[in-house]
Amino acid sequence: MPPRIDPPLALLAELTHRCPLSCPYCSNPVELERAASELSEAEWRRVLAEAASLGVLQVHFSGGEPMARRDLLALIATASDRGLYSNLITSGTLGGAREIAAFAAAGLKHVQLSFQDFAPANNDRIAGLAGAHTRKTNFAAAVRAAGLPLTVNMVVHRQNLGGVPEMIDMALALGARRLEIAHVQYYAWALANRTALLPSRQQLDDATRIVETARARLKGVLAIDYVVPDYHGVRPKSCMNGWGRQFLNVTPSGKAVPCHAAESLPGLDFPSVRDGTLADIWYRSEAFNRYRGTDWMAEPCRSCDRREIDWGGCRCQAFLLAGDASRADPVCALSPDHGVVEAALHQAESAPPEFVYRHFS
Amino acid sequence: MERLEVSAASVLRLAPHIVFRFDDTRQRWIMMAPERLMLPDEQAVEILQLVDGKTGVGAIIDALATRYTQAPRELIATDVTAMLQDLADKGCLADASAH
Repeated sequence: MPPRIDPPLALLAELTHRCPLSCPYCSNPVELERAASELSEAEWRRVLAEAASLGVLQVHFSGGEPMARRDLLALIATASDRGLYSNLITSGTLGGAREIAAFAAAGLKHVQLSFQDFAPANNDRIAGLAGAHTRKTNFAAAVRAAGLPLTVNMVVHRQNLGGVPEMIDMALALGARRLEIAHVQYYAWALANRTALLPSRQQLDDATRIVETARARLKGVLAIDYVVPDYHGVRPKSCMNGWGRQFLNVTPSGKAVPCHAAESLPGLDFPSVRDGTLADIWYRSEAFNRYRGTDWMAEPCRSCDRREIDWGGCRCQAFLLAGDASRADPVCALSPDHGVVEAALHQAESAPPEFVYRHFS
Repeated sequence: MERLEVSAASVLRLAPHIVFRFDDTRQRWIMMAPERLMLPDEQAVEILQLVDGKTGVGAIIDALATRYTQAPRELIATDVTAMLQDLADKGCLADASAH
């Protein structure tokens, strides 16, 4: 039976791949899209209007660095006019108080600000940008001064995971109500740097214990979102809560994809918002229907009682690690390909190599 | 920043960045917070509609006790306070008694 298709809940609007930072775990594809291919303001406004009509509730303006787009203010205003709840996901290294105040006035609801570490020197080393930490700290103050709620997003891995207590203190000092402690996920640039990034079991267990204690202590003051990296888990993450179930991503050049990493999958022709409506793309495109529901699954997923919980895990990870997007996510201990994950975890117990920084090829 | 403790004496409002509205597409009430979507059930919707920055939690409990005479007031009070405390801990509610 074909799966029932509900309207999407959220749109990730990747406005640009341009960014002043060059983090070695960037979730952008290894083949970055150039400025000349980016959607115009008018095209983005149409995408936002179509998203709202389709039933999208929340829009996340992201990138690259979305503030590299001069029309961001106009796009935030369009989103608000259409009743979309808008979120800015930023590195906080372009612009400041004046821009943030204008965004707030235009209806922006929330800012998620990334940090690469609590310690300025290591933050700037990982970001590949001198002075980044100072800019981010000033940016956080501007967000709070504009009355907007702030989430600090801290990407963690083996080279900064020991600093979790200081990260929590920093988030509190910046006036954040939420702290996302997000383990690097191993796609694109991060997969190239996996051995330099994947924490050891001991590092991970220490960090998890610290987070659990802090959560209890800071209940109602600071919410801490923390997910154990899937490599160290037993069952896969419910990636995107299932392919084409809730989430839609539009890349800078207008390709619609079910998640930000899906472009790495071969044999899928991702439709462009330049060629069709979002509704057509969501309900009728071959790419969005390919891994919807459970009919595409092979064993061990097909008969698994978690098939509508995990949705087979992540298609991109299945392709990247097992060479076939229709296989079970190899992080699942039941996957016949699980050995590749065990080998990576084994490597994580020894000293890390140097980073490969994100760059245009 | 201190935790907002909800009691019968509290007067609450939605936090400024919270959107509580009816969604025409899904034909149901929704509540949106930063990177979070909540789908309140019928009872929660009824309570949230009474959170207006003026009506105290005690008065909200009274209003519901009048509507649902078959449920003991104490039970309603416990449920309402627990639900509002949970939302306060998620940053969705603010203290309106100071205003």
